[in-house]
Amino acid sequence: MSVSAKSSAISVEDLTVGFGENTVLDHLSLNVQRGEVLGLVGVSGGGKSVLLRTIIGLIPKRAGRITIMGADTDYANIATLHNVGSRCGILFQQGALFSSLTIQQNVQFPMRENLEISESLLNELATAKLEMVGLSPDDGNKFPSELSGGMTKRAALARALALDPEIVFLDEPTSGLDPISASDFDTLISTLQQTLGLTVFMVTHDLDSLHTVCDRVAALADGKIVEIGPILQLMSSQHPWVKSYFHSNRAQSRSTANH
Amino acid sequence: MSNPTLILGTTPATLVVSGPWTAAQSALLEQLVATLPSIDPQRRNVVIDISGVEHLDTLGAWLLERLIRGYQLQKLNPSLAGVPDRFRGLLDKLHDVNRSRPSQQAKKTRLAATLETVGRGAVSLYIDLKFFLAMLGASGASVVSAVLRPRSLRATSVVYHLYRVGWQAVPIMLLITFLIGGIIAQQGIFHFRKFGADAYVVDMVGILVLREIGVLIVSIMVAGRSGSAYTAELGSMKMREEVDALRTMGLDVVEVLILPRILALICALPILTFLGSMAALYGGGLVAWVYGGMSPEIFIARLREAVSLTHFEVGIIKAPFMALVIGTVACSEGLRVKGSAESLGLQTTTSVVKSIFLVIVLDGLFAVFFASIGM
Repeated sequence: MSVSAKSSAISVEDLTVGFGENTVLDHLSLNVQRGEVLGLVGVSGGGKSVLLRTIIGLIPKRAGRITIMGADTDYANIATLHNVGSRCGILFQQGALFSSLTIQQNVQFPMRENLEISESLLNELATAKLEMVGLSPDDGNKFPSELSGGMTKRAALARALALDPEIVFLDEPTSGLDPISASDFDTLISTLQQTLGLTVFMVTHDLDSLHTVCDRVAALADGKIVEIGPILQLMSSQHPWVKSYFHSNRAQSRSTANH
Repeated sequence: MSNPTLILGTTPATLVVSGPWTAAQSALLEQLVATLPSIDPQRRNVVIDISGVEHLDTLGAWLLERLIRGYQLQKLNPSLAGVPDRFRGLLDKLHDVNRSRPSQQAKKTRLAATLETVGRGAVSLYIDLKFFLAMLGASGASVVSAVLRPRSLRATSVVYHLYRVGWQAVPIMLLITFLIGGIIAQQGIFHFRKFGADAYVVDMVGILVLREIGVLIVSIMVAGRSGSAYTAELGSMKMREEVDALRTMGLDVVEVLILPRILALICALPILTFLGSMAALYGGGLVAWVYGGMSPEIFIARLREAVSLTHFEVGIIKAPFMALVIGTVACSEGLRVKGSAESLGLQTTTSVVKSIFLVIVLDGLFAVFFASIGM
């Protein structure tokens, strides 16, 4: 195994994904290093979520190779895939909390399935996770329908972190949050990323998140990654879409406020 | 991979922790920490040396924290030593968690719990009744305003819903009532034949279908087919704030959404009942011919003697009232949907159950009423 493959958490080569006649991702290649926060930006409907869902195996690919934690998803055996699966945590856009379970039970669910631990330890750990994402133990007894948008995201993050994953996939983590909750959530992600040493793959449109949390940003256009690198590199990119994305009025006011 | 260990160190009051302290070792780790290694109570300071820990995750870090808290409860002063920098953040994070217990609700006795259930049931029954009456009243008021200002009636909408709940429902209603009519006739012939009374099957099928079964089966089918559709439509409109949007435009929700639906149902149900009754009689006649060997001429002649216009009237008079109940329940349940998809499903189920229940109750009341006026 080469050195680059070892140090990369996710490696995608020549990935092609399409539905019917239209090709969404066209020979796309992408490398996510271990321990980095990668932000993915792209046109609406341009395949950002498709890329994320293909990597985690929810959408079948037409061609290409996906390697997660050194395991090729096509050739790995079931045990390896299960192992890889339990090392990935996913935060879905709408939270995807199980509506029939309380928040506490939601967080316990993956632990209950994968670990052999006592009920009391399970409770303590679930409460610990909830407190780590900034929810109170009392919130644990609520049902998902009783939570606000920000709390839902936090609870979903707690569930995504339940098994101490090494890679966390976030699908628009701050969409639908007010700026204050969104920036709290950014801070939360970066603290957790540092303390737990997470690799984060984040689909986002939030320019603030891109600036504050992401180590590198990848731009997806025309089914390919057209530019990848630190945010400053993207801002000086010559690709027409990337240029217009980072030089729109909102992006401009963001960067002038920043500097 | 080596196993995690927790042993007493060589220097007194020292614990040496090593190996991987991760979730993969959870069962083993929990046993290790279950009993605290006993420390001479004379010594105040306990040192937990974790320099040998290879991997640490939340579970491991929490168990270490639990160890520390265990010694603190014994009035000792535990501390961690040899903490690698990469674990420091995680350990600090877990230092603060699980400090407060989630507030426990007071345990209820069984009697109190039963009383609470009964009380809640009674209150919800009252609330249901209130909603039903409010909806009935609102539709009534809307009818009055439609009579005073005929232009305010949404005729297009009425026709559209009439098409959906009336015309489109015809095939399934015909099929079901045809089968039911046939089944009643077959059962009648089979059992009446034992005492040579199979000719009376025609009386039974005729009276039963025209008075009760026709309208009842059609109402139940309509409640399941169209009532649930009403609830789901209105519910999803409520969910996506379309209902609120209508209100802010100064439109009356009852007038725009509900009255056309209820009116369409009131028009459709008598028609469907008539068609259904005819299909049931046809089915009965067919079975009597094929299975009972009674020729259609005799069946029709006997039917003419057995049933009178009164039987038909009794059935058909009930139909609009059934429609009113189904429509009112379906619409009021639809407007009670809250933000979530679960509540949409729940209200749709409730709507069907309630309207079928009310249809049967109403049918019973009508039976008493018609009996007492001699119809």
